[in-house]
Order: sequence, then C-alpha cells, then structure tokens
Amino acid sequence: MTLLYFAWVRQKIGRGDESFALPAHVRTIAQLIEVLRDRGPNYRAAFAEPDRLRAALNQEHVRFDAPLRDEDELAFFPPVTGG
Amino acid sequence: MKTIRVQTADFDSGAECERLVAGRTDIGAVVSFTGLVRGDDGLDALALEHYTGMTEREIARHVQQAETRWPILGVTVIHRIGRLAPGERIVFVAVASARRAAAFEAAQFLMDYLKTRAPFWKQEHRGANAAWVEAKESDADAAIRWRES
Repeated sequence: MTLLYFAWVRQKIGRGDESFALPAHVRTIAQLIEVLRDRGPNYRAAFAEPDRLRAALNQEHVRFDAPLRDEDELAFFPPVTGG
Repeated sequence: MKTIRVQTADFDSGAECERLVAGRTDIGAVVSFTGLVRGDDGLDALALEHYTGMTEREIARHVQQAETRWPILGVTVIHRIGRLAPGERIVFVAVASARRAAAFEAAQFLMDYLKTRAPFWKQEHRGANAAWVEAKESDADAAIRWRES
C-alpha cells in the first residue's frame, strides 16, 4: 500500500510517502498504527498519541476501524487547519 | 459555474465575483468571503500544506452538498498554499443565487466545512521558530451546526 504523511506527522517520520507491504494479520488502521509504531523512534514519535491523528483512506476521511487492503492509499495527518 | 482552485498565486476577489455573474440575469445575490492572514503575535508568515487530489475532491464534495441544500447558481472556492505573509489573501468563497438567504447560508456552510474537512495544514513562522497550528474546537462546532439530523 501507499502511506502518506502530512504536516508534523511527515516531519516526525522524516518522509512524506512510502510503499508498505500490508502484513497479512493487519486488518484495520488501528492495527496498522501498532505495527508502524515499532518501526523506529521516528514512527514511535509520530504515532505516540493516535488520538491526535486523523486518517484518510483513498482520499476520504475515515475512522481507525476502517478495513485495509494492500492496494489502498492511506494518509495520516493532524486535524486540518485550513481556511 | 463552478470553480475550485488550490494555488500558490494570489487572486482578485472582485474579479472572481464579476466572473460569477458575467452575462447572467438570473442571479440576484452574490455573497463572497475573503480570508486574510492575520499578523498575530509578531507572525512573519504562514506556510500552508495540502493533500494534492484529496483537497480538491473534498472541496468538490462539499460544493455538491451545498448545491443539494440551496438553489445555487454559481460557486467559486479558491484556497492558497505555500508561504503567505500577514495581510495576504488566503481563502475565497463566493456563492451566487437568485436570493440572498441561500447565498449567505451556502457561503458560510462552505467556509465552515473548508476549515474542518479540507486537508490543509498551517504552520506559523516567527523568526527561526515554526509551529503547526492546532485545530480549534470552535471551528468544529461551527461545522456541526450544518449537520442534517
């Protein structure tokens, strides 16, 4: 799948996008966050407080219980502050 | 006419209003909102980031929602990205309709949703410091009042 990061999530992780092979046992965004958190201190910092994050799946806002497929585009970001 | 633009360039609010009504005789009201960068607490600049693709889709989705709720005859939404200094225009929403009530309400609806749903993020620059702007509860409340029960 394609992972995208925006704003401080991007800064903490140190990159804006990456390809990631969705592990077979990971079914939801909440479960994926657990996996990503173990990838290093930068990921741990970005995903330390999931409540501060929002997600979009294939460019639509979703909750963390949304199911994932390997062909998805998943974005993590803080609550939006445009306008 | 429906226009949605995400751009680094400035825009001309007056010209955009003119474009909405040019050649039309059915439009009786145009309500426009122009948002400016406020120079709070010695702000040097805002830097705006967005999610290319999703931002435009999300705005288009809310324009469609507005069109189902109000008799809209034209809409323009412009949001700037990149580095913006205090006093610069940052966002523009204009709605044309036969009557003012629909134009006022739809413009406010679009602004409230733009602030809470469209994927833009602001970073405040002051001297050497850069800080991401936190989302405001009051903006979320403003959007919630438009929910249809």
